[in-house]
This record gives sequence, C-alpha cells and structure tokens, in this order.
Amino acid sequence: MTLLAAAGLNKRFGGVVAAKDVRFALNAGEMLAIIGPNGAGKSTTFNMVGGQLRPDSGRVLLAGQDITGLPPREVCRLGVGRTFQVAQTFLSMTVAQNVQMALIAHAGRTRELVSRAEALYRAQAVALLGKVGMAADADRPIGELAYGDVKRVELAIALAASPRLLLMDEPTAGMAPRERASLMQLTAGIAREEGIGVLFTEHDMDAVFAHADRILVLVRGEVIAEGTPEEVRANEQVKRVYLGTTGHKAALRARRAAHV
Amino acid sequence: MDAGFLLVQSLSGLASASSLFIIASGLTLVFGVTRIVNFAHGSFYMLGAYMAVTVVPWLLEIERSPWLFFVGVLISAAVVGLLGVAMELLLLRRIYKVPELFQLLATFGVVLMVQDAVLKIWGPVDITGPRAPGLRHGVEIMGQRFPAYELFLICAGPAVLGALWLLMHRTRFGVLIRAATRDREMVGALGVNQAMLFTGTLFLGAFLAGLGGALQIPRVSASAQMDLSIITEVFVVTVIGGMGSVTGAFLAAVLIGQLQAFGVLVFPKITLVLVFLLMAVVLVVKPWGLLGKPEPAAGRATLPEGILHPRGFALPEKLLAALAVAAALAVPVFGDAYAVKVATEVLVFALAAFSLHFLVGNGGIVSFGHAAYFGLGAYASGLLVVRLGVPMEPALLVAPVAGAAFAFLFGFFVVRLSGIYLAMLTLAFAQIAYAVCFQWVEVTGGDNGLVGVWPSAWATSRHVYHYIVAAGAIAGIVALRHVIYAPFGATLRAARDSAPRADAIGIDVRTHQLLGFTMAGGAAGLAGGLYAFSKGSIDPTMLAIPMSVDFLAMILLGGIQTVMGAVVGAGAFHAIKDIFMPLTDYWRFLLGASIIALVLLFPRGLGGAFASVRARVAAEPARA
Repeated sequence: MTLLAAAGLNKRFGGVVAAKDVRFALNAGEMLAIIGPNGAGKSTTFNMVGGQLRPDSGRVLLAGQDITGLPPREVCRLGVGRTFQVAQTFLSMTVAQNVQMALIAHAGRTRELVSRAEALYRAQAVALLGKVGMAADADRPIGELAYGDVKRVELAIALAASPRLLLMDEPTAGMAPRERASLMQLTAGIAREEGIGVLFTEHDMDAVFAHADRILVLVRGEVIAEGTPEEVRANEQVKRVYLGTTGHKAALRARRAAHV
Repeated sequence: MDAGFLLVQSLSGLASASSLFIIASGLTLVFGVTRIVNFAHGSFYMLGAYMAVTVVPWLLEIERSPWLFFVGVLISAAVVGLLGVAMELLLLRRIYKVPELFQLLATFGVVLMVQDAVLKIWGPVDITGPRAPGLRHGVEIMGQRFPAYELFLICAGPAVLGALWLLMHRTRFGVLIRAATRDREMVGALGVNQAMLFTGTLFLGAFLAGLGGALQIPRVSASAQMDLSIITEVFVVTVIGGMGSVTGAFLAAVLIGQLQAFGVLVFPKITLVLVFLLMAVVLVVKPWGLLGKPEPAAGRATLPEGILHPRGFALPEKLLAALAVAAALAVPVFGDAYAVKVATEVLVFALAAFSLHFLVGNGGIVSFGHAAYFGLGAYASGLLVVRLGVPMEPALLVAPVAGAAFAFLFGFFVVRLSGIYLAMLTLAFAQIAYAVCFQWVEVTGGDNGLVGVWPSAWATSRHVYHYIVAAGAIAGIVALRHVIYAPFGATLRAARDSAPRADAIGIDVRTHQLLGFTMAGGAAGLAGGLYAFSKGSIDPTMLAIPMSVDFLAMILLGGIQTVMGAVVGAGAFHAIKDIFMPLTDYWRFLLGASIIALVLLFPRGLGGAFASVRARVAAEPARA
C-alpha cells in the first residue's frame, strides 16, 4: 500500500523554480532514492515532505492523511523519523541519553518535572543502540564518537519514534567509503525487516544503486525519470544529463556488487 | 496644534535621530565585523562629550571661530577612537572566540571601569559645554523659532551616512568591513590581515561614538550617567535596523526620533515604553531587524556553553551542600545582626542567580534582563502591602506569580529569537519594566520607590525573617535543581544543543523554552519578594541593567558549566562586594576589572575549578 505520496509539489524561491509538479509514491518497506545534480531540487523536495518547507501548491499524503505544511515536530509524531545531512545530535549528552531523549519525546513526557530523565527508557535505548551496533558505546559522550558512528546513533534516534517512514537527507555525506556501505546496508536491513519506508537523497551512486528499490531523478526541479535502478540506469536522458558515461559504469558495478 | 508646531517637533525629532544614528552606526559597524555587542560604546560616547567639554573651550580661548569648535569636536572623536584601539588591543582581541554572554559581560566591565575613571578625572559635577560660535541663534520656521545648531545636526547625520557609504564602497578598508560583516570566516580564509581590520574597525566605531558625544555638548551637559542612558537607545536602534547594517541604523534612528518627538505629545509618560514596544514588534515580524541578515552560522557542531553533564551529587558535594545549608541556618544563632543581614541577602541572590542559571546554563537562553522578574516580583509584593494593605503572607505568594506572569508575557516574544537578538530583546523588556517603575510615579513612587514594605508582626525580627528567606530560597533552589534532572530539564538542554534535532523528534521547542522562561521568572520573582521585605523598601535599581549584570556575574563566577555553580557564585560575589565596596571609593572600577579578569582567566568559574580538582583527585588512585 502507498505509505507516502507527493502530488504535484511546486516551490519557487524568487525567480528560481526549485520544484515543479513533483509527484511520487513510496510503499511500506520500500527504499526510494532522490538523485540529481546540484541544485536539482532534491533538498527542496525532501524538506517539503519533512515539514521544513511549505510547498506553494500540491499535497503530501502520509498513509492517506494530508500532512502538507505541518511543522516537523507534528510530522514526527505521525510516525516519521529523520536524519540530517550534517548529523544533528545533543552534544552535551551521552549516546544513550540522546536516544532516551527521543524516547521521552515520543512518549510525550517532555514536560515531566518529577521523574529523572536519566532513568527513563534506558533499556529501550540500549536495545535500539544494539540494532545499529552501538550498544557498547552507550555511555560515551556523543561528541567523542567518530562521524560514522554518530550517523548510526542518529539512525537509532530516528528509530526511537517507531516510525513508518524514514527521511534521510544525504545519509552518507562526509563519511568514508567503507562506513557508507555499512550504514546503507544497516538501513536497508532495518527498513525491510520492519516494513519502514525510506526516502533518501544521495550523491553517492554506489549507495543509491546498491540499495534503492526505486529511484527518482530530478533535474532543475522536474522529475525526468522514475523507476527501478535498472530502468533508470538504462534511461538515455538520465545518462546524458546526470550519470554520464563513468557514472553509468559505476552504477552497473554497484548493482552487480550488491546482488552477487 | 498648527502645522508650524508639528514641523518643528518633527525637525527636533530628526535632530535627535541624527545624533542617535552617528553613535549607532559605530556600534553596528563594530558588531558586523567582530560579532561583539560592545556595551562600552556608550562609554565612548560619554568620553567624547567629556573630551569635548575639555578641549573645545580651550581652543575657543584662542579664537572664537566656528572652525575651531569643529576642530575640537574632531580632536575629541579621534582621541576616543584611539581609546577604542586600546580596547581592541588589550581586551577584545582576547575574547573574539568566547561565547557571547562572556563578551557582553567583559565589555560591561569596561563600562564600570570608565564610569569610575570619569568620576576621578572630571569629578561628579555635570559639565556644561560651550555653544558653537556662529550657530547660537534661532531660525524662524513657519512662525516658530528653531535652534540653528539643531538644523546643523539634522544635516550631520546624512553627511556621516554619506561619508560611511563612500568609505564602504570606495576604499579597500571599507570593502573589507562589508565582506567581514557578510562572512567573517571567508575573509579570514582569503588571507586578509584580520588584526588590522578589527583594530581599524574599532577605531572607526569608537570615533563615531566619540563624535556623537562631542556634537552633543551644546545640547546636553557631560555627566557620568550618559553612558547607560544612551547605550540602551543605541541598542534599540541597531537591533531595529538590523545588526551590522548602517543604512538600517539610519532608518531606525529616524523612526525612533519621530516616535519620540510625537510620542511626547500623545503619551508624555510612556515614550520609553513606546520605543521598546516598537523594537519588540519589529523583532517579532522581522527577527533580524529591518535590514539585517540571518547569522550564517547554521549547522554548527560545537559544544554548547552551559551545563554539560549534570551528574548528581557524590559524597563530597553532599557534604558541602549540607554544610552550606547548616551554615545558612546557624547564622542567626551565632552571628551578629550584620552577619544575619548579609546571610539573608546571599540566600536571596542565590535563588535569583540560580533561576538565571536555569535559563542560561541549562536552557541556553541568555537573558540580559533577568532583574526584571526579580524587580517585578518585589514591586508586586510591595504594592500590595503599601497601597492595598495586604499582609506579608499573601503578598509573598503573589511575588512568584507576578514574576512568572511577566516572564510568560515577555517570554512569548523572546523565545522566537536566538543568540544576540534574544539577549537584546530580554534587555529591552527589562528596560520597559524599569521605565514603567521609574516613570509611573503615582503608583510606584518613581525614583524614590516604595517604603514601608515590612513583614507581618511575627516575622519582623531579622532572625525570624532570615528563616523565612532560607525556607523560600532553599525550597526554590532544590525544586529548580530537581527540574534540571527531570525530563523537562533534559528537553531544554536538548533544544539548546540542537533545535532541528529536537524538532525532528517531536519536541515543540518554543513552548518548552517559554515554560522554562516562565519557571525561571517565577523563581526570580520569589527572590524579589523575599528581598523587598528584608529591605523594607523597593526602588527601580532592583530591575536596572546593573542588577541583571550582577546576576550574570554571579553565574559566571560560580561557573556556567556546573549545576550548582550559580549558588556558589552568588555567595562569593555578594561577599566580595560586601567586603570591598566599603574599602574603596572605586568599587565600580574594581568590580569591572574583576569581571574582565574572570572572563579572561577563569571562564569556567569557581564551580569549574572545583570540578577539575575533583577530576584530578579521582584520577590519582587510577594512576597509582
């Protein structure tokens, strides 16, 4: 069934058309990648779904419910987790406290004045950290972790709200190649296992072609192609305006490597 | 009211706008390049006036020519510019990288030092300056007489704006100033000599402040109160115009000049309030002022300045806390009347400072006007007792309610902003509260305040009242401390660390910050109420800027990263003030110098020092 649907999203910034009649659909347990050259409108589209931007026209539906223009915190409460291009975490807290904070927020207990925050949801937080392979670092200050590990913790934070949909803005930006592959592997595994839909933007073609179920190609705010990785790779227009010959080969290699 | 009168009124508004703009342009330039809000800018203005009343009469002795008058004005401004250079070299250069709270405090330290220096050099009596030769007459405008000097001032503002425009667009130095205002990091990355740029900017900024002060001498006499009275107005102008924007400052100055000129006719009592209301409205509609630009520093990943890891009390802290409580309770038994008085005050300030620390350290909300809630709590209690004859007990209960209510009202606007704009808006609201208490003489008693705020019969003894304060203050501190460890306190820290992340996990950041602000305001209000009854009187200094700065100095002294630092800081600060103030005539100089020393040498305060000693002790056995 359709988990997320974008219908005719439009957004202009002054004279620049950042998104023009963008439409797509995403099913539960599916990974949809948005790719395109710089300035194609990836982040704009993404932020319209996540509530950071309000579209000029068009609608965003989450499991049939209209969420167009809702602020991020409300979008979150409807079951959408998100990670940021530059990881956003609570730097004064430990790894576990970061996840506990997300659990406290999810339970709607942020205004409690009597209980002790440190004692709440500790076990669940460690369990979530176990899922992303970070349980051993639960009590380290998050500022001490390597960037790749911070990204994993961010994934655990996003999962704390038991989301139906994950929004990941350039999940592997700023990471080493090996870390990238393992983070995407991890995300794909969790998404398939728990039936979570994942919408992500990405510059790294290895990550996209290895893990996306379907790909949406944006150029200058418009969708020029949509389909399975094979279809997109074979698309002449995509080859011409975005992938180029080397990108095309890389995409082929990545696809093979992931499905041997 | 005829047209001629309105025109003259509007012209005098333009004359004030010109002076205000000349001063504000300096502040906004300095902020644009250095990102420091320079409290001492008002001191430069005052020094400009004092220099001019010294230099100009001396020059006019030689010959009474208008040219020598203006030569004197320019010499005064240049001397002040050099003082600005000295300030950059000796102080600002060392604090460009520290959090903005520390910068504000350090420059306020300079304000205090300059105040005492001025008193020492020029004495406490106001000095009237000479009028400008050739501009002493009045001009007939539509049947009204208008001073020629004011007409000259009206032209001076646009002339300075024009000169600054030429400087900014036609010289390399000016282009660098504009570039640094846009993106300081990039200017550094391009290999520009930043030291020279910053020193030059400070010269220009201080020169403009000095020029503004020197040009004032035919209109107002030089006095030692000029600095703080101008600095809030100048803050308002730069904030409304957009910090860093010279043209914005000009627009805002004209707007405010007119508002004051006509506000005086319609609401003579509340002109000050009108100005700050305008600022509040502008900031809510345009959070970066009329022509300001958002701060480019998005997506930062640096440690926040504030409480980092709120550990609970281990044995040593528990012992210290028990000792402190025991000492507070034992003072009436063993100490004399003076000791009891001091101990009562320490407890009051401990609660007030702790409530501020709850905001600043835990919530990352740098309030520069916390004295407002302290003072409003005091006034609420005091007015009930003095005007309505309500007994102490219910009046004391109203104090925290009043503090919380005003914090909620002001906080509604404050939490919409962040960083330096937030600090400026808290300052503006505090000044509104101050202005109302100062100007509404029939109700608040104005400058003299209220007397006769005494406790009920059973509590009149200093000893009994001390225990009331102890109960209130300790209960307040324990409750707020508990909240820091509760989910609500953690949520405030989360919002401080990363607002986007907090939003993305479903936290309504503004609402939580507003609730936190209200809570802190309530605690400060309680402290104010307790203070009022211990003094027996109230006056507007309780909610003036120096009181807010005292609170900030307390949390800084105690250590901003430590949960209980503010309490220690309040005790230490009050003790220092009590011991040293009577010893010297220059206590402000001393206080200012100590604040600067704290920022430079001891930025983590006493609490930070204790924590590092503890860490070292804890590490000893591990190494052995």
